[in-house]
Amino acid sequence: METQLRDGRTAVAAGRAPVVLLSGVASDSHTWNLVYLQLLIEELGYDVVNLGPCVPDEVLVEACRVQDPAMVVISSVNGHGYQDGLRVVGKLRACERLVATPVVIGGKLGVSGEQSARNVERLVAAGFDAVFDDGGNGIAGFRDFVASVRAARRPMVENVETPA
Amino acid sequence: MNAGPPDDARTGPRREAWPDARAHQVAVARPVDFGEFVRGAGSLVVQPRMGFGSPELMRAGLAATMRANATTVGTITLDSYTRVGDLDAVDAALAEGIDLNGYPIVTHDPAVTRRMLAGIQSDGFPVQVRHGSAVPRDIFAALLRLRVNATEGGPVSYCLPYGRTPLADSVRNWAECCARFAELREHGVEPHLETFGGCMMGQLCPPSELVAISVLEALFFCRYGLRSISVSYAQQTNAEQDKEAVLALRRLCAELLPVENWHVVVYAYMGVYPATGEGAYRLLGQAAELAVSAGARRLIVKTVAESRRIPTIAENVAALEYAGVVADATAHGGGADPAVDSQTYREASALVHAVLNLAPDIGPALLRAFERGYLDIPYCLHPDNAGRTRSYIDDQGRLRWADPGALPLGHLVERGRPHRVTSSGLLSDLSYVRRLYDSERGHPRRIAPVPTVPDSLEG
Repeated sequence: METQLRDGRTAVAAGRAPVVLLSGVASDSHTWNLVYLQLLIEELGYDVVNLGPCVPDEVLVEACRVQDPAMVVISSVNGHGYQDGLRVVGKLRACERLVATPVVIGGKLGVSGEQSARNVERLVAAGFDAVFDDGGNGIAGFRDFVASVRAARRPMVENVETPA
Repeated sequence: MNAGPPDDARTGPRREAWPDARAHQVAVARPVDFGEFVRGAGSLVVQPRMGFGSPELMRAGLAATMRANATTVGTITLDSYTRVGDLDAVDAALAEGIDLNGYPIVTHDPAVTRRMLAGIQSDGFPVQVRHGSAVPRDIFAALLRLRVNATEGGPVSYCLPYGRTPLADSVRNWAECCARFAELREHGVEPHLETFGGCMMGQLCPPSELVAISVLEALFFCRYGLRSISVSYAQQTNAEQDKEAVLALRRLCAELLPVENWHVVVYAYMGVYPATGEGAYRLLGQAAELAVSAGARRLIVKTVAESRRIPTIAENVAALEYAGVVADATAHGGGADPAVDSQTYREASALVHAVLNLAPDIGPALLRAFERGYLDIPYCLHPDNAGRTRSYIDDQGRLRWADPGALPLGHLVERGRPHRVTSSGLLSDLSYVRRLYDSERGHPRRIAPVPTVPDSLEG
């Protein structure tokens, strides 16, 4: 549907998929979670910019500024994702460009299993649009979320096209 | 020799100058050469991965390793704060009594570490320090001060998989540290260094590239003055292919290393580990068989607890003793002919020679190799890795190239139909070994009785 657009005003219309920015957090050196998510997100129709493991907060924020992604996905499995997530999402939301960008976090976010409802609420209150804890319906929930983001994007894309 | 190069943020924190190796010459005994010990041991040397923050616990772990009913060497694994150079975090953890995940050798007073090792480290029980740092200057300075003469790592293998330190910085840091470490020889102590290059990413890197990087890192160590070397290879997904790899590694070392004193160390599988005790021990037994039958001299073991948490001292001892029993029951492959042109040897040899031809010096050659994609680790996300290669497990369980990217493998790798890697395919490959060994199919022949596993550890 996107590729049928006539002009080149958007990345979508130019034949390129929208970009999802994928990242680990500063204290986490795990890689395979990020490799898996890249493949999954690509299969859902996006280009992925994967920053890899051990990404300092400033590097993540700067990459988001440059890429202007359709969505930001943060993954952490070393048990510090809750603290690291609370810290970094504030810095992302402080950027004018990222105020409304969907930003999600998932993985093994604590050292002792599933996050409490209260911690999830705190992450959402801090600025995440969704939290996908490994103990819950992680990947299925993430797929549903991505689908909802795509659905939300379509009318915007069509609005670009209509006046032309 | 006390003055290091000027301070540079990229070389990591700088707590102290390089020690004068003469300072403790009288006070400290000369430790045995780790390489000579392993080569002369007569049976497979087995070694744990073990590190504790407290000197008392570290000493207890080393003592238990020493007493285990197997031919063992000791391990001091450092904590992850020391690994990344965050020494303030070590201070804070020690001050607040928070458990560290390894021994902070830079932070503990040298006298504390000497007491910890007294009566443990000996000619009959050498000790190796394991860390994982791309900025290892403080660690090497501590080793020199303590005359601890065996460690491991490498400019590529301790950099690319674990973070964002630029490869050029890691190469420079490792060159400096190797040269300093080699100076121990001026004081009658033979330093030993092991490559970690045979373990890249833990799983899913085709064996030929693991072999190539291990050989190249060994050449790097030799270039900077080391003469006692070991080369690592981590067990992968197929026993036959693993044996090809160890034989290829031995052959390339014999052809290329300018030193005689080298041996191969096999690592028990480093990827997603079987969840059952039975499966974990079968996989460990397979690693011991691989080591002995292919002519390796040392094995780094894994335990039944790996899939869940950091293992206890007792679990490590059980793994060491089990591996020792399997090794003793396996026909020795020291005389096996490594001069067979296996696919793994051909690929590894092509990679090594292509890299060596990129520059007269090994350090710049490694950097150019990654720039051009002559070395390219599948799925590694480091900014200095080209990231064009992909791998998969074929229906025989062999690791193969799904896409060789720009690797100089030309006619050696079939370009027929590219194998598309999907997210579900990757997940399946990542857990291939766990599935195989947790099921009945995984190596049903049992050489030694599997140690009793408490119910609480099962699935």
